[in-house]
Amino acid sequence: MAAVTSLGETSLTGPAKSPRGMQAGRRKRLNLFRYLVFSVFGLFFILPLLAMLRFSLEGNQLGTWSLAAWKEIVSYPGPPPLLSSVEITLELAVITSAVVLVLLVPTMIWIRLRVQWIGRAFEFLCLLPLTIPGIVLVVGLAPIYNFIRHYQLSALQLFWCYVILALPYAYRALSAGLGAIDVTTMSEAARSLGASWFTVMVRVVAPNMRQAILNAMLLSSALVLGEFTIAYLLLYNNTLQVNLYFISRATPNASVLFSTSFAALIFAFILLLILSYVGRRRRTRG
Amino acid sequence: MPFLGYVGVFLLLPTVIVLVHAFQNQSGGFSLSGLKVLGDSTVRGYFVGSAELAAVTSVGGAVLGAILAYAVASGNPEGVVRRLYLAGSGVLAQFGGVTLAFAFLATVGPSGLLLHASWFYNFPEGIGLIYLYFQIPLMVLVFMPAIDGLKVQWREACENLGGSAWQYWRHVGGPLLMPAFLGATLLLFANALSAFATIWAWENQIAYIVPQQIAIALSSEVGLANANEGAVLALGMVIMVVVVMTGYALLQRRAARWLR
Amino acid sequence: MSTLAAAAKKEGTLNVIAVPPTWANYGAIISGFTKKYGIKVNSANPTGTSQDEVNAVKQENGTAAAPDVLDIGQAFALPNASLLAPYEVSTWTDIPAAQKAANGLWYEDYGGYMSIGYSSKFGTITSMSQLLGSKFKNAVALNGNPTAANAALNGVMMANLVEGGTADNISKGVNFFHQLKQAGNFSPVSATGATIKAGTTPVVFNWDYLNLPSYVGVSNWKVFVPPNAILGGYYAQAINKNAPHPAAARLWEEFLYSQATSGGQNLWLAGGARPVEQAAMTSNSSINTADASKLPAVSGTPVFLTQAQNTAAANYLTANWAKAVG
Repeated sequence: MAAVTSLGETSLTGPAKSPRGMQAGRRKRLNLFRYLVFSVFGLFFILPLLAMLRFSLEGNQLGTWSLAAWKEIVSYPGPPPLLSSVEITLELAVITSAVVLVLLVPTMIWIRLRVQWIGRAFEFLCLLPLTIPGIVLVVGLAPIYNFIRHYQLSALQLFWCYVILALPYAYRALSAGLGAIDVTTMSEAARSLGASWFTVMVRVVAPNMRQAILNAMLLSSALVLGEFTIAYLLLYNNTLQVNLYFISRATPNASVLFSTSFAALIFAFILLLILSYVGRRRRTRG
Repeated sequence: MPFLGYVGVFLLLPTVIVLVHAFQNQSGGFSLSGLKVLGDSTVRGYFVGSAELAAVTSVGGAVLGAILAYAVASGNPEGVVRRLYLAGSGVLAQFGGVTLAFAFLATVGPSGLLLHASWFYNFPEGIGLIYLYFQIPLMVLVFMPAIDGLKVQWREACENLGGSAWQYWRHVGGPLLMPAFLGATLLLFANALSAFATIWAWENQIAYIVPQQIAIALSSEVGLANANEGAVLALGMVIMVVVVMTGYALLQRRAARWLR
Repeated sequence: MSTLAAAAKKEGTLNVIAVPPTWANYGAIISGFTKKYGIKVNSANPTGTSQDEVNAVKQENGTAAAPDVLDIGQAFALPNASLLAPYEVSTWTDIPAAQKAANGLWYEDYGGYMSIGYSSKFGTITSMSQLLGSKFKNAVALNGNPTAANAALNGVMMANLVEGGTADNISKGVNFFHQLKQAGNFSPVSATGATIKAGTTPVVFNWDYLNLPSYVGVSNWKVFVPPNAILGGYYAQAINKNAPHPAAARLWEEFLYSQATSGGQNLWLAGGARPVEQAAMTSNSSINTADASKLPAVSGTPVFLTQAQNTAAANYLTANWAKAVG
């Protein structure tokens, strides 16, 4: 489950936390505490990741080394080929983010500007998917998908469900961004200059929400990259997580599992790190 | 308005279908007999197991996550450490599922770490430890704003009045953070309840929690698949999660008031 | 036969389901079939269960993607007979009577005996009771959940037979695993190629063709079939009554039951599974003796579960498994 709050936004709400107000002794104790905590937790989190990395470099016998697992990410034949499921999942991530944005951004701006009384109900609706676990959703979804003969549909059709799953996270990110800007004044100014509603949304409000939009996109993508339950129980085997699961069940010597998982993690981590720096630059400028 | 239509088909309709199937029997007629399975002691065991695992990992994750969040928050807000931990938390909170199971099997196997620790193979300790891997980061992400909201001035004021650190936490910091903390714990609880992929990939020889049993009910290989049982179990899960999330929403509102 | 081949080639495609390429050498079988007849094989849901196959037949009925042929546990062939079309392959008489339906709706294809695979770091295992010893802490795993997975249910049944139980009553088997759990030796971790290689599950109860070192992927893996507790499990072939490619489906069956050197039966043997026509092939010398000798040694008469025994075991497990090893 991805973050429910947006990243890089937290320092907005925090006051300056410089150590000016604290005494030296307490500062020292605090630092000791912090280093202790960081090392213990750091170890806990790093260890499995390192183990995964090390295992991905294993050769056929324990103790030998080989890059085969990493090369296999591209060459693993399947069926279905691993690379194709990586592709499909990435495409799904892009589609899901796009649809989520198209659905949410105009609606939320509209609500904030014109029909504010719906706001509460809308929020409830967006957060509803959090209360319905994926596994429950799929029990109810299976008949619907069967009804439209889903075996003939490509896995890309999963985006319909993924958008629902991503709603709560995207909503939180976007509403934090919307709350930080003065939408009413901006839109009134634009309207008085003769802009249409479409222009207001796309060219006036949205650019000021850039960080929130980026955030929402990233959270939706992270969700799609990690989603397993629905794809698995709807019997798709060519999204990334489900493919990895099947590889682990059906194949000996499956070091490719570890290299792929590790690569996916690093990829997401770098994206998030970049995002937090992008946000910071914007703040100091604006 | 197309938004409503979309949500209607893909969210509300499945829920309704779950409800309907829960009240059907194998041949499709209306029947309450499906609900009887909720009274079966094995099934009750699944719900208890789910609740147990969720409770352990949410409380554990909340406490540990709060400590970590405090450690991160009390540093430089623009610093590298904070960024690393936040980005890391964002990734790891999402890192559940199949890949997490792989990471742990890589840890346990070759190094033998934990292989001989019997507690690791008990429920809920073992899988609980694995769950903590994404519960703690989630806690950090959710709880951090609350800690950031603790103004330095309050701490200074307390000290100026002669209060010690313990008194600060007991009378000022603690009560202020409590609604946010409890709310975050509930969120972690709901998160653990819904988790499926991790335990499905990690251990499959015995069903401990409801999601596992739902998956089995949908696709059993020994001929005992029963979609209606799956629906009944799903209904039970929804009720559990709804209760928890309502509590969360109420606490969130309370916390927001305090932080203003 | 040649008219069948021509008709099948005109159809050009075959839909199979739940056929993992590394399972009993299915990969070679699929490519062998395609190479011989030029018919493309669409393999859906490679690690699906028998239930998934039946579901697919029902749900995709009438579409072009519906499975043409099924490879399912026997427990699924019987109750779903209405979905199947009868067919008798040319080597029909070489299939033992007990392993096919008299009306031709289903016919067993390959199988194996339940075995215990283990890492050679434990030395050599000669009896199942050794698994209760202290050096097997957290080491023993089944292949799945016995209340849901066929291989796991048979694993418990084999333990049952070793402990003196009968095929009608699986309670002694469940009790054995209860003892394993109490000794701290039962591992709930799912046993996969990855966990075996990593050493997380060094002892696995599984069909012998899934416990081959070559399948498992580690060379220091040994296999043991307990004497006098030989539990056989065979899978069955069947043709979808509404198969989108009926000729290709029947040609596929002919290929699978062909006793040629590169026919299905010998290819399965190469994968470590026991082909159903093994007895007949040994008499008429069409069997690949080199591969046949690699099969684990067994002593005693094999036991095969009937439908009723299977159901009884499943019901007992549903009621008692969680309590025994939870």
